[in-house]
Amino acid sequence: MTATNLHLYVMAVPLLSAFAVNLFGRRYRAAIGPVAVSALGFSTIAALLTLLRVLQQGGYRYTVGNWQPPYGIELVIDPLSALMLLLISAVALTAAIGALKSTEQELPGREHLFFTLYLILVAGLLGLVMTGDAFNLYVLLEITSITTYGLIAMGGGRAPLASFNYIIMGSIGACFYLLGVGYLYILTGTLNMADIASILPGLESHAAMATAFGFMLVGLWVKMAFFPLHNWLPNAYSLAPTGAGMMIAPLMTKVTVYLMIRVMFSIFSPEYTFFAHSGVQAGIVWVAALAILCASALALAQRNLRRMLTYILVAEVGYMVGGVWLANTTGMTGAVLHIVNDALMTLCLFLAAAAIVYRTGSLEFDKLRGLYRRMPLTMAAFTVGAFSMIGVPPTCGFFSKWYLILGAVEAGHWEFVVALVLSSLINAVLFFRIIEIAYFQKPEQAAAGGLLAGEAPLLLLKPLLVAAVALLAVGIGSGPLVSQVIRLALPSGMVP
Amino acid sequence: MIMSYHPSLLPLAAICVSLLATVPILLSDRRPNLRESWTLLAAIGKFCLVAVMLPSVLAGEGFVLTLAEVVPGVPIQLRVDAMGMFFALVASFLWIFTSIYSIGYMRSLEEHDQTRYFASFAVAIGATIGVAFSANLLTLYLFYELLSLSTYPLVTHKQNDEARASGRKYLSFILGTSIGLVLPAMLITYMVAGTLDFMPGGILAGQASSATLSLLLVLFLFGFAKAALMPMHGWLPAAMVAPTPVSSFLHGVAVVKVGVFSILRVIFGIFGTDLLGELDLGLTITVVASLTILVASLIALTQDNLKRRLAYSTIGQLSYMVLGAGMLSAAGMTGGLLHIAMHAFGKITLFFCAGAIYVASHKKYISEMDGLGRRMPLTYGAFLLGSLSIIGMPPLGGFISKWNLLLGAIEGQQLLLVAVLVGSSLLNAAYFFPIVYRGFFISPAGEPDNPGIQEAPLCCLIPLLTTAVLSLGLFFFPDVLLQLVRQALAL
Repeated sequence: MTATNLHLYVMAVPLLSAFAVNLFGRRYRAAIGPVAVSALGFSTIAALLTLLRVLQQGGYRYTVGNWQPPYGIELVIDPLSALMLLLISAVALTAAIGALKSTEQELPGREHLFFTLYLILVAGLLGLVMTGDAFNLYVLLEITSITTYGLIAMGGGRAPLASFNYIIMGSIGACFYLLGVGYLYILTGTLNMADIASILPGLESHAAMATAFGFMLVGLWVKMAFFPLHNWLPNAYSLAPTGAGMMIAPLMTKVTVYLMIRVMFSIFSPEYTFFAHSGVQAGIVWVAALAILCASALALAQRNLRRMLTYILVAEVGYMVGGVWLANTTGMTGAVLHIVNDALMTLCLFLAAAAIVYRTGSLEFDKLRGLYRRMPLTMAAFTVGAFSMIGVPPTCGFFSKWYLILGAVEAGHWEFVVALVLSSLINAVLFFRIIEIAYFQKPEQAAAGGLLAGEAPLLLLKPLLVAAVALLAVGIGSGPLVSQVIRLALPSGMVP
Repeated sequence: MIMSYHPSLLPLAAICVSLLATVPILLSDRRPNLRESWTLLAAIGKFCLVAVMLPSVLAGEGFVLTLAEVVPGVPIQLRVDAMGMFFALVASFLWIFTSIYSIGYMRSLEEHDQTRYFASFAVAIGATIGVAFSANLLTLYLFYELLSLSTYPLVTHKQNDEARASGRKYLSFILGTSIGLVLPAMLITYMVAGTLDFMPGGILAGQASSATLSLLLVLFLFGFAKAALMPMHGWLPAAMVAPTPVSSFLHGVAVVKVGVFSILRVIFGIFGTDLLGELDLGLTITVVASLTILVASLIALTQDNLKRRLAYSTIGQLSYMVLGAGMLSAAGMTGGLLHIAMHAFGKITLFFCAGAIYVASHKKYISEMDGLGRRMPLTYGAFLLGSLSIIGMPPLGGFISKWNLLLGAIEGQQLLLVAVLVGSSLLNAAYFFPIVYRGFFISPAGEPDNPGIQEAPLCCLIPLLTTAVLSLGLFFFPDVLLQLVRQALAL
C-alpha cells in the first residue's frame, strides 16, 4: 500500500470484507459486526488521509491495473471526490454501528446477508465517486442500485412491492443514462470522461449531443428522486429495514447529485450546460423550486415519522439540484455544502428514528407521545437534527441554506429564494408538530429508573449522538470547510 | 469617544457561565437545593463577569472575541461596546432577582418539572447576553434564535392544551418572522454591503437604492417580532400562560428587549441614523411605533386578567424605545435606549407583584382583587412604585426616559408625537391606578374588614421590593446608565 493508491483500498476493503461476511458470517455470527465496522473504519481513515493528501498536493488520476485510458478504467481523485469518499465512508461507518442493533432485532439470522449487501453497496458508492469513466459509472450505478433493491426487499410487509416499484423506476433511469452514454460513444468514440470532455467542444453542437445530455440527466434525476420523478422513493425508503434506511437515505440521493455535477462539468462543460440551450437552466431552477414546495407540502400530509422524513429528503434533492443549476459559484458552493450537510442531517434523523422504533416499535405520530421523558438523549439528538433541517444557526443546515439563498439572490431567481424560505418554515411546522407530540402528551407507560432507562441501547445511541454533534461541528467549521475544501472542489470553469 | 477593542475571553465567559450551568442543573435533578444553588451561582457569576467589564467600557475600551469565521467576511464574533454593556448589565442584574423569585414561586406552587424550567431559563439568559454582545447581525441572529427556542419549554411549561396553543402562537410569530423576514433581509444586506458588522454610522450608506433600503427596514422592524410592534404582537399576550417568573423576566425584560435591542442595533449599526434621516425613514418607524403605543394601551384598559393587562402595557412601552430611536435626535434616542432599563425595572416589579398575588391568593383577575392591598400592603406598595415608574412620574426612573423622549419630540417639533407620549402616559395611569385603587379602597364582599397580613413568601417578596426600590433609586442615580447610553450614541 502506497500513498498513491490509498484511495483504491478505501473501496477495496469494504468490497473484500463483503465476501468474507458472506462466506463466514453464517457460522461466526459474532464476527460480522466487528468485520464490517473495522472495514468501514479503515475506509474512513484511508479516505481522510486521501483527502488531506489531495488538499496538499492537488488531485490526481489513477489507472487501474495500469491499463491506459481510453481503454482502461481511470479513477479521478480530486478535492470533490476525495471529500465524497470521506463523507460516504464516515456516514456508512456511523450507520453500520447503529445498524448492528437494528438488524439484530429486525432481521435475526439474516445479518450476514444484510451486511454483505451493505458493504457491497458502500463499495459501489465509493467507486461511483472516483470513477472517471462514463460506462464504468453506469456499471457501478447498477451495482449500488441492485444492492439497494435487495436491502429494501429485506424489509417486512410491503417492502418487496416497494422494492419492485423501485426496480422498475431505477431500471428506466439506468436505461436513460446508458442511452445517453451510447450517444456520446457514437459521437466521440470514447467512454473516458476526460476524453469526451476534450473531444466534445470540437464537435458542432448536434442534436445527438443534446439528447445524450438530456438522457443522462433524466436518468440521474430518476435515481435521485428529483420531483416529479420521486414516486418510488417514499415507499422504498420508509419500508426498508431500519438499518438499511439509515445508510441509503443519507447517501444515495447525495451521491447521485454528485454524479449529476460530474456529468454537467466533467463530461460536458459549464458553458454547454448552462448556455447552449436557452431557457433550460432557468427552467430547471423553477422545477427545483416546485420540487421543494411540493415535497414539503406532501411531507405535511404524513402521519409517520419515517415517511415524513422521506418526503423531506425529496425536498432536499430540490435544494441541491436548484443550487447547482443556479449557475454561479455561490449556489454551487451551497449545493456541495448541502450534499455534506444533508447527508449528516438525514443520518442523524434516521438514526434517531431507528432508536425510537427500536424501543416503541412504531413511528406513527401517536406512538411518539412522551418521548422527551422516556428517551431524553435520543430526542435531544433528534431536536438538533430538526433544527438543522429548519436551518437554525449554528447547526450546519443554516449555512448551506445561507449560500443557496445568496446564490439565488445573485442569480435573480427569486422563486428559488421563496421556495427555500417557505420550505424552512414548513420544516419548522413539520418538526415542531413532532416535538409537540413528544413533549406534551403523556407517555403510555411511565418510565422508571435513571436517564438511560427508556433509552435505546448504547450501541445505537452513541452513533446518534456523534451524528448530532457532527451537525454542530460542521456548522461551526463551515467557514474553513468552504474556503479550504469546497472552493477547491468546485468544477473548474465556473463563473467566479 | 471612540471605543477601542481588545481581545478577551470575558464576553464568552459571561455568555457561557449560564449555558454551562445547565449541565449541573440537569444532573442535580433529584436535589432541588443543590440545583437552585447552581442557578444562583450562575446568576451571580454572570453579573460579576459583566460588571468586571464595566469600568473599562466606561473608559472607552471594549472587548472583542472572534469564535469562528463561518461565512466569508462574517465571523461569529462577540464584542462588548457601550450599548451591549448597557443591556447586558440590566439583564444580568435582574436575572439574580428573578432566580431568587423563581425559587420562591415554583416551590410555593409545587410546580412540576422544575429542573427543565431552571435549565431552560439558564440557556435563555445566556442567549440574551449573547445578543447583547454580538458584533454582527449573524451572531445576533444565532443568539436570537437560541433564545426563541430555549423559551419554548418555558412558555409551554404547564403542558396543557392552553399552553400548547400558546406555544404554537409563540413559535409561529417568533420563528416565522425570523426565518421569513429577518433571514432574507440579512442575506440582502450581506449581498449589498458585503459585511454584517455593526458599525457606528451603518454599513448600508450608498450601497442600495432607497426602495431596497425601505424594504429592508420594514423587514427588520417586523422581522424582530420579539419587539412586538403591531401587528406582530400577538404572541406576547398568549405567552402569559407561562409561569409568572418567566413572564416577568423574559416577557418583561429579556425576550422583548432582545427584540427592541435588535431593532436598535439595526437602526444604529446597519443603517446608521444619518442614512435613515436622509431617506426620511425615521417617520416610518415613528408611525408604526406610535400606533402600537396607542392601540396597545387602549387594549390594556379592557383586560381583566392582570398578566394580560401587563402584557399589553409591555407592548406599548416597547414601542417607546423604538419610537425614541425613530426620532433620530439625540434626546429621543437617549430616551429610547434608557427606557430599556427603566421599563425593565418597573415592569419586572409589576410582574413580580402579579406573581406574588397569585402565589398568596391564587387570583388572576383584577375584578377579584378587591381589598387585596390591605392583606398584601408591601406587594401593593411595590406595585404602585412600579406603575408610577412606567407612567413616567417623578421621582421614579421612568420619568427620566420619558422626559428625554418628550424633549426629543419637542426638539424635532413633532407635536403629534408629544400628543402620543402624553396621551399614552394618561392611558397608562388609567389602566394601572384602578388596580391599586381596588386593592386598597374597595372592600371585598363578604369578608371581614381587617383580614390580617398575608404576603407571599420572602423569596418572592424580597426581589419585588428590591426592584421597586431600585426603580426609585434609578431616578436619583442614573449616572452609569446615562453614561453608557451617551457613549453608545456617541454623544
